[in-house]
Amino acid sequence: MTPAIELIGIDKRFGAVHANKDVTLSIAQGSIHGIIGENGAGKSTLMSILFGFYAADQGEIKVKGQPVSIKSSSDAISHGIGMVHQHFMLVDPFTVLENVVLGAEDGKLIGPALAKARQELTRLAQDYELDVDPDAIVGDLPVGLQQRVEILKALFKGAETLILDEPTGVLTPDEADHLFRILGQLRDQGKTVILITHKLREIMAITDHVSVMRRGEMVATKDTKKTSVEELAELMVGRRVLLRVEKGKAKPGEVVLDVKNLTWKDRKGTPRVDNVSFTVRSGEIVGIAGVSGNGQSEILELISGISRPTSGQIVFEGKDIGILGDPRHVREEGLAHVPEDRQHRGLIATFDASESSILGWHYDETLGKGFRLDRQAVISRCKAEMQEFDVRPADPLLTSAKFSGGNQQKIILARELERDPDLLIVGQPTRGVDIGAIEFIHKRLIALRDQGKAILLVSVELDEIRSLSDRILVMFAGKIMGERGPEANERELGLLMAGVTEDAA
Amino acid sequence: MDLSLIAEVLASTIRLSVPLVLACLAGLWSEKSGIVDIGLEGKMLAAAFAAAAAASYFQSAWLGLLIAITVSLSFALVHGYAAINQRGNQVVSGVAINMLAAGLAVVLGNTWFKEGGRTPALPVDARFMPIELPGARELAGVPFLGDLAKIISGHSILTYLTVLLVPLTAWALAKTRFGLRLRAVGENPHAVDTAGISVARLRYQAVIIAGILCGVAGAFMSTSLSAGFVRDMTAGRGFMALAALIFASWRAWPAFYACLLFGFLQASGNYLQGVHIGGFEVPVQFINLLPYLLTVVLLAGFIGKSIPPRASGIPYTKDR
Ligand SMILES: Nc1ncnc2c1ncn2[C@@H]1O[C@H](COP(=O)(O)OP(=O)(O)O)[C@@H](O)[C@H]1O
Ligand SMILES: [Mg+2]
Repeated sequence: MTPAIELIGIDKRFGAVHANKDVTLSIAQGSIHGIIGENGAGKSTLMSILFGFYAADQGEIKVKGQPVSIKSSSDAISHGIGMVHQHFMLVDPFTVLENVVLGAEDGKLIGPALAKARQELTRLAQDYELDVDPDAIVGDLPVGLQQRVEILKALFKGAETLILDEPTGVLTPDEADHLFRILGQLRDQGKTVILITHKLREIMAITDHVSVMRRGEMVATKDTKKTSVEELAELMVGRRVLLRVEKGKAKPGEVVLDVKNLTWKDRKGTPRVDNVSFTVRSGEIVGIAGVSGNGQSEILELISGISRPTSGQIVFEGKDIGILGDPRHVREEGLAHVPEDRQHRGLIATFDASESSILGWHYDETLGKGFRLDRQAVISRCKAEMQEFDVRPADPLLTSAKFSGGNQQKIILARELERDPDLLIVGQPTRGVDIGAIEFIHKRLIALRDQGKAILLVSVELDEIRSLSDRILVMFAGKIMGERGPEANERELGLLMAGVTEDAA
Repeated sequence: MDLSLIAEVLASTIRLSVPLVLACLAGLWSEKSGIVDIGLEGKMLAAAFAAAAAASYFQSAWLGLLIAITVSLSFALVHGYAAINQRGNQVVSGVAINMLAAGLAVVLGNTWFKEGGRTPALPVDARFMPIELPGARELAGVPFLGDLAKIISGHSILTYLTVLLVPLTAWALAKTRFGLRLRAVGENPHAVDTAGISVARLRYQAVIIAGILCGVAGAFMSTSLSAGFVRDMTAGRGFMALAALIFASWRAWPAFYACLLFGFLQASGNYLQGVHIGGFEVPVQFINLLPYLLTVVLLAGFIGKSIPPRASGIPYTKDR
């Protein structure tokens, strides 16, 4: 059978970055084809080229064996290609129907198209478990439903091939399972699905074929049945990797952080953190799991002093630091913070690495007296940190933005650990970080724990929480739904993440 | 106060609201597409000058209107080029247009007409004159109905056109394909781009509509409301229109009502001169200040609360 899609010799550069190097890929009709690769491997770029969002520098695209020229998204749509982007492309204040007909209005008035879309949505809801209220305002819908709207948009426009870019990043495990059922049904109806992800488990669970990308190159295409997680991980990284984190039993000491009835309300008065209490002891890692946007980010901001609690206490080594409301004083108390949003909070993209590596400690006596900053001291300190944390390239004068995600994270971690803090709070330590660096960062966190530091870890990656934490707290809608040990299974945690407690279930 | 005076004030309210409504609709189209337009004032002023100069030269109100639209449109296209192609700062470009228009009108006016920046007074033929609606004269003596006729009848063609533009705009934005796409591009241009629609093209269309409307607004000011151009004759109306737009949260009908309110304050100012409150003469300056005071109050009270199109003012690039 002729393949649904063929990409031949696709090449694309963004300035100095060679995002796709002579990539060739063939996707069989009626299959689910996975594409995996580390962050920055070029997966999104390749798919954006197929969808006409970027133009390839070189290469050819064939749809059902016919060479086609895809210059814009409308060309791609007219060849039956639809895409669900990693960042949703929805108009928030529009209704579901308006979002679905946008670009497929057929005619100068939108009335008839809206009526047709309403019918079509009912049909699609029945065929594929794609229920969503057509008159709901998209911005009010939870992300799981927004994603369905994206899929509906593509199907309404007649997509035969559906591309999904990292679709499960924002979903609970349950929602992800539902999505996979939908994708399975689409395949059974003869549609072709291209699934981009960096989660190996998902690839094994749902795909028929899998292609691996590494540094812009297509390194292998395999039948999913004939490969293994270990083999795929090795292909992704280019060397053998340790997937499990090895760690001994925790030896918790005294309470270092004691959060009592912490509440924080936003400008509208909605409690985003709602009467939360927990403790972190020395020598243990406490993980906070949850789908992003359920109050975890706010907790990090409160503890690190970026925002002030509406009520409640944050007691750190016997002292209420919640009332300080000032990150500098909080850090001077001996608390270190690796922020969730590396690009905006962790470092300054346009500063060179040595400058980013002293952010917040720039007034340190050893880095210069009075108004002066001793550049030489800053650079040599950064150089030493880079060697200790294996930052590559170990060049203190390179602009922060030019480092890969993993190396940026190492620079930040080094900075935060410089003053030997008693408590480390970390948000999304490995978001957008390559597997090699993930291994390094995980080992480092375990080593810190074993030295007797207290660590509070916030992550949306359930696997990460489960493999690192000694105790797991699950947040939903600003509240802590429950505490579990590291042996808790995924389903149990997934239910808590969706706000379902045992008594209700 | 008697009925006929009220009728007079209301008729004047309508006249004075026309340039505000037109500028406000111009701002609405532009900002719904995501292009912030601080330059309403400048486009209106340039158009007012162009209309008066051309009407005086050709002795034709219609040619004046045509030239006014052309001039306003070319300013709008400059703004579009800066904002859409060059991804420049839209506020800066708008301010530049305001300064350029104010300066050019005076310099060219002085050079061409040598009357200190004025254009010569326009004769009746070169202006848009009041049109008497059929039946208005017959009703003149009848109580109430006669006053109503006085409010509704006797406006220029441009005024009647403006009143039609409000429902037309509201309808086009809500019900047509163009309106849907335009609203979408002001909220999330990425969504529009991935739906296979050109962001730049839509935004240019919006900017062009804004240019035309400001052109009509300016022509109305110098060839219908007045009989010629005087320095700075728009007197901040472009900014009042922006305030009305914010107050109305970027919706056509509420914007129309807000403009009527501004128009009413301006009109009553003209009739309240010399009025005594408790034996104390209210200074003219205070009454003339009212519309500006309202602008400040509206902006201070509503600017944080009303919700602008999310992508407004942000240049569109493919990377996020
Ligand atoms: N619009 C862009 N401008 C410049 N560089 C880009 C752009 N998009 C992607 N890149 C770069 O291209 C490389 C591949 O990125 P991407 O395709 O997003 O990877 P993936 O989706 O596999 O994580 C990265 O190094 C990234 O920084
Ligand atoms: Mg990607």
